[in-house]
Amino acid sequence: MTMARATTSRRSFLGYSYSLVGVVAALVILAWMLVAILAPYIIPHSIGDIVDDDYFGPMRQGLWLGSDYLGRDMLSRVLMGARYTVGISLAAVFIACFSGVVLGMTAAVTGGWLDTCLSRFLDAMNSIPSKLFGLVVVAAVGSSIPALILTLAVIYTPGAYRFARALAVNINTMDFMTVARVRGENTAYLIGSEILPNIIRPVLADFGLRFVFIVLLLSGLSFLGLGLQPPLADWGALVRENIGGLPFAAPAVIIPSLAIASLTISVNLLIDNLPQKIRDRDA
Amino acid sequence: MTNLVEVRDLRIEATTDAGRIVEIIKGVSLDIPDGEIVALIGESGSGKTTVALSLMGYARPGCRITGGEINVNGKNMAALSEKQRARLRGTDIAYVPQSAAASFNPSSTIMEQVIEVTRIHNLMPPERARQRAVELFKALSLPDPEGIGARYPHQVSGGQLQRLAAAMALIGDPKLVIFDEPTTALDVTTQIDVLKAFKSVMRAGGIAGIYVSHDLAVVAQIADHIVVLKGGEVQEAGTTARMLSAAQHPYTRELLAAFEPKPRQTHADGDAGAKPLLRIDNVTAGYGAVRENGLPLIRAVDSVSLVVETGRNLGIIGESGCGKSTLARVIAGIHPAATGNIVFDGKQLERAAGKRSQDQLREMQIVFQYADTALNPAKPVEDIISRPLAFYHQLDRQARSKRVDELLDMVRLPRTLRYRRPSELSGGQKQRVNFARALAAGPKLIICDEITSALDTVVAAAVIELLKELQRELSLSYIFISHDLSVVEAICDEIMVMYNGERVEQITPDKLKAPTHPYSKLLFSSVPKLDPTWLDGLVRDPELVSQYGHR
Repeated sequence: MTMARATTSRRSFLGYSYSLVGVVAALVILAWMLVAILAPYIIPHSIGDIVDDDYFGPMRQGLWLGSDYLGRDMLSRVLMGARYTVGISLAAVFIACFSGVVLGMTAAVTGGWLDTCLSRFLDAMNSIPSKLFGLVVVAAVGSSIPALILTLAVIYTPGAYRFARALAVNINTMDFMTVARVRGENTAYLIGSEILPNIIRPVLADFGLRFVFIVLLLSGLSFLGLGLQPPLADWGALVRENIGGLPFAAPAVIIPSLAIASLTISVNLLIDNLPQKIRDRDA
Repeated sequence: MTNLVEVRDLRIEATTDAGRIVEIIKGVSLDIPDGEIVALIGESGSGKTTVALSLMGYARPGCRITGGEINVNGKNMAALSEKQRARLRGTDIAYVPQSAAASFNPSSTIMEQVIEVTRIHNLMPPERARQRAVELFKALSLPDPEGIGARYPHQVSGGQLQRLAAAMALIGDPKLVIFDEPTTALDVTTQIDVLKAFKSVMRAGGIAGIYVSHDLAVVAQIADHIVVLKGGEVQEAGTTARMLSAAQHPYTRELLAAFEPKPRQTHADGDAGAKPLLRIDNVTAGYGAVRENGLPLIRAVDSVSLVVETGRNLGIIGESGCGKSTLARVIAGIHPAATGNIVFDGKQLERAAGKRSQDQLREMQIVFQYADTALNPAKPVEDIISRPLAFYHQLDRQARSKRVDELLDMVRLPRTLRYRRPSELSGGQKQRVNFARALAAGPKLIICDEITSALDTVVAAAVIELLKELQRELSLSYIFISHDLSVVEAICDEIMVMYNGERVEQITPDKLKAPTHPYSKLLFSSVPKLDPTWLDGLVRDPELVSQYGHR
């Protein structure tokens, strides 16, 4: 019989209870967002400048995180990389999850031909290999940040759609949905007010996972030369381009990996530890 | 006579989400003599199932047996190890669950599941077990005892499944059988067969039993002793005859009183002021592909006509599957009729709710059976009740808040409940919120679809009483759908009996004693009475049973 639950580590503030883990995760995410915004003003060197005589240089004064495979300053490259990783991935995951979830709920509530058409179309999208899709888009419109965001969003929308639709279909069969329909409510109310509150937790968990996938796919695209163009580099690209430093234990390969890990883990921890509104149960 | 079971000062605790520890069973003591059946009755949440399960040494997740002794056949179940308990379960003590339909594995045959106990405990060779199972099927008067074991659970009816669950419990020759509300989910006509089968098998085998129920009339038929529980404590205990005739405790009396239908306010016959509020002519609706003549393949409602007058109530009664719920959905426009007219308040209504005007939707509200699924679990009570206020009446925030208070008062709920979510309410409270939401719209007609069948007797009686009061205050009309005759009788001016999608008879409550249609006769005679000799003395016309009973 399991008894002790992790409820003891929660504190309360302004009518919400939150856990320490969630706060730390939120602070890490906030810090990276600040870095992303302020990066151009705080980097010590321009990201394209070769400032070290040696490559894969160690951490030392002036080059706090060592140098990369061309002798460029790693600190500047990681700070600027935050811009692209946080900015592009977050924007893409927001678009993907928002459109996927809204479409999924609408399809579940409306049913009929709209559901069929949307589901088949997005299944077809799902069947296109993501890297190949990226290649085609870059070949067609060239590589730019907006194009990259949209491409990533389009690639991950079908998954979010499938997930949200599967959840919403279950909710849709409940009697309170029938009650709302007979009341004469429109679709926007049905999906926003009746369904969404019931599926928000799994949807957020899905959001966290999808964010990690997008970060990884972005790195993959950059590696193929389809993502950001040099000398710009996101964290994934930094890991890839410095992979040769692994035998030398160069900070150039470890630091961006840690950066990716800190961000993706924080996003997931935050989602698992969102503040909860305290409702007085004993009243 | 020795006692097979002796429970002394049993205490069970549960831990809530917030980490608080709540004592849910507070020192219960009871005895079960050899070969007798003891009934545990009480409202939901009184701890009756928890006590029954503790006889197997089992506590549900989150609960713990913290004190007392549970002596079953000389062994203290509370002190045994899990392994020792497992050896006794199925052989010494067996369990018949509330919903047999949910307890059978749909992917293997009934016979395999019935003899599983003998396999687990190595009681007898499979061949012998199959013979024994067939004997039990015969004893439980199941149809086709030789062949029924080869079927899968979805191929037999609910009443049969419940008896098969009893066969499963009895195959290990237990000394004690725990019945957990085994007939609550069944129709009255089916319930009788199941009760009769249980009673004869238990008596023939001299098996002791504990029977958990909230239906006093059912308990009166099967139990030798009755123990009344409330709030985890024994309120009163005694033999069935004494409890029914000379109950001491106020709660027991309340239970008995809830059983007797209150005198209804009777409208003077031929009330001149009554004009039809809702009229339905020859409505047919169903499921499946629409055929050439415009009718659906399976007709759930077949050419039904009815009239509801302003300020009057119509009861619709029939067993499950007779089309009464479909009829409610047809009237509300959730399931559009294939043919027929619906006239509401002098105006022709569209068949589909989507095409009706907002006012028409507002004036006809439907309240569903399961408040659990009819209330959005993610929203507080306040939001649930205030939505119709904002939607139909465009009230602002303050006016809504005030009206929510009034509505909560109306349905006799404390105002502080408004901040809670449905999962934090009891069954009766949920049904009241469900009803308050319908009232918030300001309707003329409320369709109540089995709204009391998920509630226990005392709570259901209170809800019915509430409906009557509100009717007097707000001049409402109800269509009251139920399979429980006593409920319909208590509140309705007219009763329509449905069978197989058709209206078979329409009568007034005072003529209930003399129904003319044979199905009505069978249905009305199947309602259990408090008299303990009722079941044994019941003689039903075998022709009627074979024609209308689903065995």
